[in-house]
Amino acid sequence: MRVAHCTLLSLYFASTIAHSSWDLNLTSGVTPVSHAIYDLHMTIFWICVGIGIVVYGTMLYSIIHHRKSNGVQPAQFHEHLWVELAWTLVPFIILITMAVPATRVLIQMRDDSASDLTIKITGHQWKWEYEYINQGIHFFSNNATPYEEINNKATKRVDYLRTVDHPLVLPIHKKIRFLVTSTDVIHSWWTPDLGVKQDAVPGYINEAWTRINRPGTYHGQCAELCGINHAYMPIVVIAMTQADFNQWVVQQTASMPSAGTVSSGEATVPTAPTAAPSVAKTPATPKEKAAIITTPAVVPAAATVLAPGAPHPPSTAQAFTKEQQMQQGEKVFMGTCAVCHQASGEGMPPVYPALKGSPIATGPLPKHMSRVLFGKPGTAMQAFKDQFSDEELAAVITFERNSWGNSGAVVQPTDIQAAKAKGPLPE
Amino acid sequence: MTHATAHPIAQKSFFPWIARWLFTTNHKDIGTLYLVLSGTLFFIGGLLAMLIRMELFHPGLSLFQTNFYNQLITLHGLIMIFGAIMPSFVGLANWMIPLMIGAPDMALPRLNNWSFWILPFAFALLISTLFLPGAGPNFGWTMYAPLSTTFGPPSTDFLIVAIHLMGISSILGAINIIATILNLRAPGMTLMKMPLFVWGWLITAFLLITAMPVLAGVVTMMLFDRHFGTSFFNAAGGGDPLLYQHLFWFFGHPEVYIMILPGFGIISEIIPTFSRKKLFGYTFMVLAIASIAFLSFIVWAHHMFTTGIGLTAQVFFMFSTMLIAVPTGVKVFNWVATMFRGAMTFETPMLFALAFVVLFTIGGFSGLMLAIVPADYQYQDTYFVVAHFHYVLVPGALFSIIAGIYYWLPKWTGHYYNEKLGQLHFWLTVIFVNVTFFPMHFLGLAGMPRRIPDYALQYTSFNEIASIGAFILGAAQFIFLYNIIMSIRGGKKAPARVWEGAHGLEWTVDSPPPYHTFQTPPKMHSS
Repeated sequence: MRVAHCTLLSLYFASTIAHSSWDLNLTSGVTPVSHAIYDLHMTIFWICVGIGIVVYGTMLYSIIHHRKSNGVQPAQFHEHLWVELAWTLVPFIILITMAVPATRVLIQMRDDSASDLTIKITGHQWKWEYEYINQGIHFFSNNATPYEEINNKATKRVDYLRTVDHPLVLPIHKKIRFLVTSTDVIHSWWTPDLGVKQDAVPGYINEAWTRINRPGTYHGQCAELCGINHAYMPIVVIAMTQADFNQWVVQQTASMPSAGTVSSGEATVPTAPTAAPSVAKTPATPKEKAAIITTPAVVPAAATVLAPGAPHPPSTAQAFTKEQQMQQGEKVFMGTCAVCHQASGEGMPPVYPALKGSPIATGPLPKHMSRVLFGKPGTAMQAFKDQFSDEELAAVITFERNSWGNSGAVVQPTDIQAAKAKGPLPE
Repeated sequence: MTHATAHPIAQKSFFPWIARWLFTTNHKDIGTLYLVLSGTLFFIGGLLAMLIRMELFHPGLSLFQTNFYNQLITLHGLIMIFGAIMPSFVGLANWMIPLMIGAPDMALPRLNNWSFWILPFAFALLISTLFLPGAGPNFGWTMYAPLSTTFGPPSTDFLIVAIHLMGISSILGAINIIATILNLRAPGMTLMKMPLFVWGWLITAFLLITAMPVLAGVVTMMLFDRHFGTSFFNAAGGGDPLLYQHLFWFFGHPEVYIMILPGFGIISEIIPTFSRKKLFGYTFMVLAIASIAFLSFIVWAHHMFTTGIGLTAQVFFMFSTMLIAVPTGVKVFNWVATMFRGAMTFETPMLFALAFVVLFTIGGFSGLMLAIVPADYQYQDTYFVVAHFHYVLVPGALFSIIAGIYYWLPKWTGHYYNEKLGQLHFWLTVIFVNVTFFPMHFLGLAGMPRRIPDYALQYTSFNEIASIGAFILGAAQFIFLYNIIMSIRGGKKAPARVWEGAHGLEWTVDSPPPYHTFQTPPKMHSS
C-alpha cells in the first residue's frame, strides 16, 4: 500500500512537472501591439539592469574595500551639491527617454477606430460570453477541464485549465474591436499573446482592439478576482485566415436559432447569416494556407453546436423519465451549480443558499423555474435560460427537486418553455 | 534612583501586572505592546501565507475549497498590512521618537494607550470573520465592489468595523506623533537636526491623517451599499464600480508609502552607524522623503490602468508614477554614498540594512516597469505585481523593521542578542526571500494571474520553488523570535552606546533605559 502511494505520488509530481515551463520572459506575441509592448518591456528592463550594475557594483566595491577590518579610516564627507543634483537630474532625463516611446505606444493602443470586426465580450461568474455583433453569432465559453482533474481524481491532461468548450474564433490581419463588459462583478479579459487586457466592469463598456498577425491558438485567463471560480475562466482564441473565418461564420449562423434566444433580454440582433460588410473576402494565399495551424476538431462544426453554452433551437415536446432527468441533471448541477450550492446541496448561506430542504426547491415549481431561468437580480444567482438547453434546464431542476432528501415532480422541457414564455415571477 | 524614575520591578502578582500593561501611558511600554501585537500578527499572517503556498505547490485543488483560498489571501493581506507592518513601525516610533528628540514621553500619553488598545479588539474582530456563518471576506484586501458589496458574505460588515477601528488607532497615533515631534524636541534640536527616523515618521504621520479618513469613507460607502439601499458602487442604481477603486486607491497608494517611509528612516540610522560616517546628503534625504510623500497622492490610478480610464488619465498617472523613481533613487544613492569610504562592520542590523538597499531597489525596478502603461497591460493583476509588492514589503519594509529591532533591542533589554543566531537568521531569510519571490516575476511574465488557487501546468516549476522557499523563509523567523526572547531574559550586558559608531540622544541613556527618561531636557551638543 505504502509503495503504491509513493508511486502514485511520484507519478503525480512527475506528470505535472513534466509539462512545466521554465520561461523567464514576457511573450513577444503575435500582434503589433504585443510586439511594441515587448520592446518597451525589454528597454525598461535593460535600463534597470544598467542602473543596477552601477549601484550594486559600487556597493560591492565598498563592502569589499571600505571595511573596518581592512584598517581604513572613515572619510568625513557628507554632502556634495553638484553630485546630488546630477544624480537627481540624470534619472529624470532617463525617465523622459522612456516616457516618450511609452506614450506613443499607448496612444496607438487606445485608438480603436476603423475596425473591421466587433466582438462583444461579456464576463460572467465564471465564464465568458462572446457576441459577434454584426454576424449574429453568440455563445458562451466555459472552462472545459473536468472537475475530476481539478480535484486530483484524474490525471491532468496537458491542456489543463487551457481549454474551453467554445473558443473565440477570429480572422488574422483584420482590426478587431472588443467591447468588454460584465453582468455581475469585475472580470478582466486577458490574452497575453495578443497584448490585450481589458477589465470587464458591470455598467461600463470598455473598448480594446487587436490585429493578429499569425494564425494559431492563443490562451488567456480572467485577470481580476471575481469570486470562487476566478481561476477557472480560461480564454482560447483561434486565429485563422479570412477564408477559413468566413467559412466558420457561415457554419455558425447556419446553426443559430431564429430571433429570440440570441441574447439575454437585450434587443435582438439580426440573425440572418450576413457577413459584416467590412469583412471583405480575401483569397487565401498559398502561404497563408500553409501557415494555418489546423485545429478543425476544436472549431465547432454545425452539427456539434449542441453543447452547453451555445443557444439551442426550441426543444421538441419529448418527455423524459425521472432516471434520465436525474442523470442529465446531476451532470449539469455538478458542472455549474455545485460551485456555489455545493455537491451536498448545503450551499454557503446566506450568499449561496442551501437547496437541500429549501423553500424554493421544495415549494411550487413555477417559482423554482423562474429562479433558475431568470436569476435573482442583486444577488449572485444568474439567469441561466440562455446558457443551457430546455432539456438541460428541465433536468437540473428535476435533480434539485429530487436530491438530498427533497422529493418533487419530474420537470419536462415543455414546462421550461411555458415558464420562459411567462417571464420572471415577482419576488 | 527614586522610586518614580526606577524601572518598575517585575510584578510578581497577576493583577498588578495586568494593570500595568492595560493602563500604561509610558511610551516604552506602549512601544513594547505594539511590537508584541505586531509580532504575533506577523506569525498569524505568515501561517496564512504558508497555507497559501501549500495549495499553490502544485496544480489542482489539493487542500482547500476555492472560497476558503480566497479568504486566505484576503486575510493574509489585511493582517500583514494592518497587523504586522503598520503596528511594528508605530511600536518603533513609540519607543524611539521620545528618546531621539530628548522628550520625556509622547505628547498625548493617554491617547497613546487608547490608540494601542483599540487594536486587539480590531484584530479579534477581523480574525473572527473566518469563523462566522457565510465564511470570511473572500475578495482580496483591496475589497473591490461589487464583489465585496453585492456578493460579499455577512462577515464583510465585521471587516468594515475592524477597518474603522484600525483607522481610528492609526489617525490618533499619527496626531500624537506630529504633536510630539513638533512640540517636544529638546532645545537646540531644530527640524533639520532631527534624526532621519524622526523625519520619516513626521511625514508618514501626515500621510496617515490624510489617507486613513478616505479609507473610512469608502468602507462606510460599502456598508451603505450593502445595507442601506445606496448605489455608490452599483451601476444598476446609477453608481460606479470604478468610483470604489478611485477612492480606495486614493487611500491605498499613500498607504504603501506609509509602510515604507519609516523604514527609510530606520535604514538612514543604521547605515551611518555601521559605516562610522555621517549620513550623506541629509538635506536631500529630507527633501526626498517629502517629495515621495507629496507624489504619493497623485499616482493612485496606476492601479487602474486597465479599468478603462481615459487616455489622458493614463498618461498623467504614468508620468507621475515614473517621477517617484527620482527621489527614491536619490535615497538609494545617498545610502551608497554613506557607505562609500566609510569603515564598515557587518553586524546583523547592518546586514539587514544592506539587504534592504539591494532588494528594495529590485522592487523599485519592477515598480518602474509597472509604471510603463503599455507594458502594464501585460503585468497588471499577474504574479509580476505580486513579486513587486512582496519585494518592497518583505525585503523592504519588513527587513527595515527587523534591522531596527536588532539595532535597538540591546538598548531596550540591556543585553546584546546572540550575534551568531542573528547572522544565521539573516542568511536564511535573505536567501529564501529571494527563492520565494524572485520566481514570481517569471510566473507573471509567463501569464499567471494573481489570486488563483490553481493554475495551468506550465506554471508548476516556479510555483514549487516559490513554495519551498516560503516554507524555509517562514521557519527561519523562529530563530529571530528565539533570539529576541533570549535577549530579554539575559545575555552580554550592553552599554549606553551599544554600537561604536552610533550617534544620537537615544545612545546617551542607559541600556535598558530608566522607565522615565529625559524628564529634564538634555543639552544639545553640535555633533
